[in-house]
Amino acid sequence: MPFINAHLLTIILFSPAVAALVLLLLPRDKPGLLRWFTLAASLVPFFFSLLLWRGFDPAGEKFQFIELAAWYPAINSAYHLGVDGIALTMVILTTLLTPLAVLTSFSINEKIKAYMVLFLLLETGMLGVFMSLDLLLFFVFWEVGLVPMYFLINQWGGEKRNYASLKFILYTMGGSLGLLLATQLIGVVAGTYDFQKLLSIWPGLELPGGVLMGLPLATVKSVAFWAFVIAFAVKVPVWPFHTWLPDAHTEAPTAGSMILAGVLLKLGAFGFIRMVLPLFPAEAHQYAGWLAALATLAIVLGGLGAFGQDDFKRLVAYSSINHMGFVVLGIATAAWAAGTADGVIALNGAVLQMFNHGLYSAGMFFLVGVIYERAHTRDLNAFGGLYALLPVYGTILIFTSMASLGLPGLNGFVSEFLVVRGAWPVFTAATAISMVGLFFTGAYTLKALWKVLHGPLNPKWSGHLSEIDLREIAVIAPLMVMILVIGVWPAWILDVINRAVSMWF
Amino acid sequence: MAFETLIWLIPLAPLVAFGLIVLFTNRNKALSHWLALSGAGIAWLLSMWVFLRAVSTEGLAGEPFASVINWLPAADTWLQIGVVVDPITAVTLFFVAWTVLMIFIYSVGYHNFGQPAGDHDVPGLPPHGATLKEKKGPARRVLSVEPMYSRFFALISLFAFAMFLLVVSDNLLTLYIGWEIMGFCSYMLIGFWYGKVSARNAAVKAFLTTRIGDVFMLLGIVGLYSATGTLNYRAALADPAVLERLAAADSGVLGLSVAGLLGILLFIGTVGKSAQFPLHVWLPDAMEGPTPVSAMIHAATMVSAGVYLGIRIFPLVSAGWEGGELTAAMQVMAFIGAFTALFSATIALAQNDIKRVLAYSTISQLGYMIAALGVGAYVAAVFHLVTHAFFKALLFLGSGSVIHGMEHGVLHTGEKIDPQDMFNMGGLRSKMPRTFWTFLIGGLALSGFPLITAGFWSKDEILTGAFGGGHLLVFITLALSALLTAFYTMRQITLTFLGEARTKSAEHAHETGPVMTVPLIILAVFAVGAGWAGIPQQFPLLGSISSNWFGHFVGSMLSAEEHVAESYIPLVTSLVVSLGGLYLGWLVYRKVRAGDPDPLARPLGFVYQVFKYKYGIDEFYQAVFIKPSIWLAEVFTYRIVDKLILDGIIEGIGKGALAFGRAVRNYFDAPVVNGAGDGLSKGVRRSGEGLRAVQTGRVQQYMILTVALVVLAGLLFVLVFPGRGGN
Repeated sequence: MPFINAHLLTIILFSPAVAALVLLLLPRDKPGLLRWFTLAASLVPFFFSLLLWRGFDPAGEKFQFIELAAWYPAINSAYHLGVDGIALTMVILTTLLTPLAVLTSFSINEKIKAYMVLFLLLETGMLGVFMSLDLLLFFVFWEVGLVPMYFLINQWGGEKRNYASLKFILYTMGGSLGLLLATQLIGVVAGTYDFQKLLSIWPGLELPGGVLMGLPLATVKSVAFWAFVIAFAVKVPVWPFHTWLPDAHTEAPTAGSMILAGVLLKLGAFGFIRMVLPLFPAEAHQYAGWLAALATLAIVLGGLGAFGQDDFKRLVAYSSINHMGFVVLGIATAAWAAGTADGVIALNGAVLQMFNHGLYSAGMFFLVGVIYERAHTRDLNAFGGLYALLPVYGTILIFTSMASLGLPGLNGFVSEFLVVRGAWPVFTAATAISMVGLFFTGAYTLKALWKVLHGPLNPKWSGHLSEIDLREIAVIAPLMVMILVIGVWPAWILDVINRAVSMWF
Repeated sequence: MAFETLIWLIPLAPLVAFGLIVLFTNRNKALSHWLALSGAGIAWLLSMWVFLRAVSTEGLAGEPFASVINWLPAADTWLQIGVVVDPITAVTLFFVAWTVLMIFIYSVGYHNFGQPAGDHDVPGLPPHGATLKEKKGPARRVLSVEPMYSRFFALISLFAFAMFLLVVSDNLLTLYIGWEIMGFCSYMLIGFWYGKVSARNAAVKAFLTTRIGDVFMLLGIVGLYSATGTLNYRAALADPAVLERLAAADSGVLGLSVAGLLGILLFIGTVGKSAQFPLHVWLPDAMEGPTPVSAMIHAATMVSAGVYLGIRIFPLVSAGWEGGELTAAMQVMAFIGAFTALFSATIALAQNDIKRVLAYSTISQLGYMIAALGVGAYVAAVFHLVTHAFFKALLFLGSGSVIHGMEHGVLHTGEKIDPQDMFNMGGLRSKMPRTFWTFLIGGLALSGFPLITAGFWSKDEILTGAFGGGHLLVFITLALSALLTAFYTMRQITLTFLGEARTKSAEHAHETGPVMTVPLIILAVFAVGAGWAGIPQQFPLLGSISSNWFGHFVGSMLSAEEHVAESYIPLVTSLVVSLGGLYLGWLVYRKVRAGDPDPLARPLGFVYQVFKYKYGIDEFYQAVFIKPSIWLAEVFTYRIVDKLILDGIIEGIGKGALAFGRAVRNYFDAPVVNGAGDGLSKGVRRSGEGLRAVQTGRVQQYMILTVALVVLAGLLFVLVFPGRGGN
């Protein structure tokens, strides 16, 4: 046990990668074996992350389960892992969603082995981002998470997968370029990539003459700040860097969309919270208004964009822009009002919204996948009245949609309420305008329901659609339980987040 | 168990019923309705217990029953939620528990429990009737049981949970939670027969229209939370120091004080939920739902919730008002309420659907209550809320009974007529006596028939309040709408029950069973009796024997006593408008025969058409708000901004890079490096081949690349790791 406890993060982080290596050795013509092995393997990190949750002391040190080992001593970069309350919730989210996505992927029949290997590697990449306490390590994992997703879309995607996957990777890589350069800059100037050390060096950095590379230090810092912001903004995505998302989501296989919406988008928001706010408090404060404005645009235009779709999956994809806008609004509030109760409440809301969105957006993409596998279409106008044929599926869809709509009693409401509460005194106008987006959240959610479930039954589906099966219920049930539990009793997770956020800001 | 714990249990009982029906008993109709009835019954029992304890407790307003728990951690403190029973909660709980239970019982009969399954009934559409073959005689058509019977009881149980939650909440957040869950249930129940396009559209319309109010209300809630650090009624809305501070602070918006701004934001929630102008459009359409739903959502409980919120935030909207000039927020309420009362009464004049008349009448009566709050007649508003809930639930359930009887006739005769159109009825008095008498009582209460009915007492108090406060315009508007109310109510009663049957179906209409009529009778008792609890002491003769228990009990919520007007003008006015309206209604409609147009259609001419088509507001919204929103979403946001501009830029960059690369090759590589023309073609092919080698399309290769990277990272780590492994 002591060994496990001391290396819990490493175990969680690399167990999927190790499983991926083992998977390579398994025979490719035994799909059942490949599937069940992957599912079992993906439960390992979930199990250990439950131990992590149990062992984590919310009132204790800021970072816990720290692991530190030399990695790249020549440039002072180290293998430095640790989690605070914020990263912890993200780790739980990742390890929870991955097994569900794997179970969803049981319906994949082509190149199963390759698919499953990529999925496991993806998990390692995502977990690494949440756990890294070293800037270079952070960057490496950031990129590692990107590659498997590219192939998942490119190889198992829909009709326009080439366009979508290329757009996805180029957009994100484009954003990462600035991140890499800014990381290098910080590392070179500060002489370390260690995040905890940087916290005390970088924000208050003073150089003789206040000049760096021939430019005023403040300017250099601003440039570095924007380099970070753009990299993360692309990933969130913040308006106007969002147009890769509807394409990538729509073309990705169901499980890919679940992870993309559920976890990958959170990497961007997490980057803001982990890197931007602590390392650039002054710049963040200075530009918080801009960020709030972009967040409002994302909320409003994301909502409108979703309402304007006729493709079910695209509609859900746009809804992510709308929902993640609230995360960014919360972050902007915390950037402006760091150290106040408003800032803490808003950021609590943002982190919880990340977790909540992970649950219901994964659920929504899954449910779109369920209907797509049966009907082979995602055109909303081709459905109609399916509730009569699929009462169980319909009820589950309504439940998940309502979580996404922000119905009180389910999880989405709690986090949106907190964000709006925190943002109101700080960015009153932005908050008020974002209510337009919140209205359209209702409009597009109901649009999906009225087009799919309600209205006269389209006779061509009679007898051709089968009810959601047990495996599929096994995927969605844990999400529904979590959605309900957080909606009714959010304190168990929010307390951990609140303590962590209070320690930071 | 502490007494306060009981209060938590009130909403819980229907919630448990909901959960059990959804998860376990949805295939068994009897078990489902027994669960729902038990849930509502337990809630009713607990409510009565709590109510009796509340009314027998001295000084309840000052020290209500309350219990709180920590719910949301917020920075270094917690947001608490809890339950409270003060006089307002107690009286609301009383009428909610009674009406809910009656509606639940009635629903068993309304959905034809015990009848055979329909011949062609499918989920999502109303039952069409079944053919019953008997040993002797020809086959006959009878009503068939609702195919989604269990779902109905599950949903109304959830609805009851939400309403009880809202009522026992001690803070605006849990009130909002109940409020929104009710909104969801109303969406599901209006669209209960989702296979009908009209029902689906009505459900969406109801949800989205009320959501407009809800997002403003959410702002009001977070604003209040920011300004006071709490959402508890007593801490945020009953503390004079807090209210004074909010009334004095400038909000920076339209010259309103913070209290005024927050009050108005919250009030917009009421406008949506209580279907006030301009967000009233959803409620008449909501009649697409089954009738018990109309009764529950659109009369007794959900729309009452809007007024209930208005009552709760009254200290906020009236902050700074000391009996003199109304505050800005109060003026808004008075205007919206009075205008809505008159406006929807005029529409009700020209409707032929029995339920739609009641729907507009509900909007009108809710306007009354809002106007009462606006002029500061707090107790009168609460009083009218209570009495209205009883008599309007009675009327809706009565109309359901009428429709049921008519449907019976329609099935029997095979006529193709609308069983809800009052012009197809007539003479039902003798066919459905119990329904007739109870409906008559409800109708008279709605019209404010003097002395006997509850509606008279509460309406009279509102008129007295408006007159006594010197708000003459509000007084006249409300008096006029009271006249119209009495008129259209008598129109409805006359067309439906009096005279001769105008269709064969009406001739064959049939009284409904006791499971439907007994709730009517019970509600009728309250439609009369509830008024006696609040007879004002200054009322001639009767006042001397009245204790005005209601006035004292609810009035104790206010710090200052309400002033009492010493004038007979309001009393005389209410007598005249009520009796006059009833008489005129009877006079005009008593002789309508089959096929006759509405007798008012000709004399009123164009105005009648305006009333009939509801001032064209739906069409106006369609053209001004809905169509542009769709354009904004589909065309502007998606096709123009995202596809054309943003993607255009991205693809432009891509194309630019491509062109640059091509230019480099064409003008530099090709001529300089390759030199000659044949070299060019070779170069093209070579570059193509080169690219192809990388893009094998074989995922295994890509994967090996990825794995290699990860393994490399892992190896590096392992190499440096052993030194630290042991500890």
